[in-house]
Amino acid sequence: MKFKPVEILSHIVLILGVLLMVLPIWYSFATSTHENVAIMTEGMKFFLGESFSQNYNEVLNEKGGWSEEVTAAKMFINSFIMAFGIATLKVVISAMSAYALVYFRFKLAVPIFWLIFITLLVPLEVRIFPSYKIVSDLGLTNTYTGLILPLVASATATFFFRQFYKTIPDELLESAKLDGANSWRFFIDFLLPLSKTMLAAMFIFMFVYGYSQYLWPLIMTTDEKYWTVVMGMKIIFTENYEGVALPRTGERFAYIILSMLPPVLVVIILQRWFIKGLIQTEK
Amino acid sequence: MSFLELQNITKIYPNGTKAVNETSLNIENGEFVVFVGPSGCGKSTLLRMIAGLEDITSGEIVLDSNIINNIDPSERDVAMVFQNYALYPHMTVYNNMAYGLKNRGISKQEIENKVNDAAKLLEIDSYLERKPSMLSGGQRQRVAMGRAIVRNPKIFLFDEPLSNLDAKLRNQMRLEIKKLQRQMGVTSIFVTHDQTEAMTLGDRIVVINNGIVEQVGTPKEIYSKPNTKFVAEFIGSPQMNIFNCKIDNGTAKIDNHSINLDKSVNNDDASIGIRPDDIQISDSGSITCKANLVEYLGSDMIIYSSLGDQEFSCKLSSKIDVKAGNEFKFDIQPNLVHIFDNSSGKRLD
Repeated sequence: MKFKPVEILSHIVLILGVLLMVLPIWYSFATSTHENVAIMTEGMKFFLGESFSQNYNEVLNEKGGWSEEVTAAKMFINSFIMAFGIATLKVVISAMSAYALVYFRFKLAVPIFWLIFITLLVPLEVRIFPSYKIVSDLGLTNTYTGLILPLVASATATFFFRQFYKTIPDELLESAKLDGANSWRFFIDFLLPLSKTMLAAMFIFMFVYGYSQYLWPLIMTTDEKYWTVVMGMKIIFTENYEGVALPRTGERFAYIILSMLPPVLVVIILQRWFIKGLIQTEK
Repeated sequence: MSFLELQNITKIYPNGTKAVNETSLNIENGEFVVFVGPSGCGKSTLLRMIAGLEDITSGEIVLDSNIINNIDPSERDVAMVFQNYALYPHMTVYNNMAYGLKNRGISKQEIENKVNDAAKLLEIDSYLERKPSMLSGGQRQRVAMGRAIVRNPKIFLFDEPLSNLDAKLRNQMRLEIKKLQRQMGVTSIFVTHDQTEAMTLGDRIVVINNGIVEQVGTPKEIYSKPNTKFVAEFIGSPQMNIFNCKIDNGTAKIDNHSINLDKSVNNDDASIGIRPDDIQISDSGSITCKANLVEYLGSDMIIYSSLGDQEFSCKLSSKIDVKAGNEFKFDIQPNLVHIFDNSSGKRLD
């Protein structure tokens, strides 16, 4: 098989791009399998070492924090609950509010849509004090509800769903009406299956969004039971080990590698659905 | 009492457009009625009001002795075939047909029987597991019909269902729809802007223009005795020739020709119409014209000519030898002439 110069060039660009993305991750992974002393004296490693199981085992099971009770495994679970809750609720609420905006032609639908859209200008960081006040008044600090609820409204997802619903021909709705589908059935039997791809894509984005939240959980949680992975990154394994002032770099790299896994898994699981939807245009 | 009665139906859209104006119509059980008219004339709106997809501004629709104005579309017992078929893209053909039945709480076994029967009737039984995106235009059309048939409705409503098909398939599906309707005996209303479809399908044709019913009648009545100038021009291909003229005591004056109409009509602003195939060419004809253009269609040909400054066409057997630029002679038979009043558009004789 012969390649044209353009093809060779584009492959080179692609390969460079892949290396640019993958090398730092590999670099971190390789480093995470070495002993702290080796990293300390020789710097970061490019090849695998022998402390893989020891480092990763310690990361997952060692109890840390002031209470000496929270483990990284617990933080992973917390992060997962938070990200999953945010992503699921965001997708469900956005899909439903977009449905209301597009199909129920009430008077103020357009202004309400713009009102929702404007909230893009006020992200959580901007309204962090009022949000905290509300959540703490409701007694939701140090709860999963408190971690999830203030983050579930999404202008972006509402916007995407709205645009998608607008492309669905009116005849489909009319035909469904004649077939006896009420508004609820139309949503469940038509809009949700038709927007499968959209749901998967939105879920991926929102999961990553929820997973990478830092400021909100930091302010919201005083109880270490509710710490999340991203918070832990700053806090965990910073203390000295057995009285010797040796940075626990190996464990910290292991922790970073592990913290990347959940979003990656979500993408891998959902992308099949996502790509299938892209190939089979069903409209 | 008729099976379906439209009583003074009016539709005014929120922006003030009057789509349908005081329309009344009776349709008998088992009849195949075609609504025909130019686009934007309100024929689809009328159909959608019968289906319940459009609110009625005023008037009443009575189906099988029940006023259905405020009844939900799904409970009206009507089935509709849409122009773009509106198949459910994410469902298989089987589920497309079964969906409406499922919503009515019919047992699985019965649904299966009904769908299979309809599929066999329409010869789509081998595609039941496919999705609509994997079907051709004609097959999609059949699925859309199947979806209507399985529900066993009181009325079939067709909203220009053939306009997305190519010419050959259109003719074939037209025949099949007609056959199917005969076979099932279900009252049907078919909306189209194509006068050939209207003529071939309908037991009765309703010609609509600007939201007003211009004429209701069998295809033959509509063709041979159009009530208005609009109907005369709209039905028939090639279009009927219309000459503006003065009629003085039964004699029409066009240019410097006089045509005896054999009727005692006086009108200063009238028009007479004659179908292109009703013009008879003969060497003894009393009017002489020059052929400007000749179109050869195989068995027939069409001659385009003008009488004074008014253009007309005549359709005749291509065995007659007339070439462009030649002169030819013809007669207009009084009994084949239609006379209309120009100001009201109404037929005068």
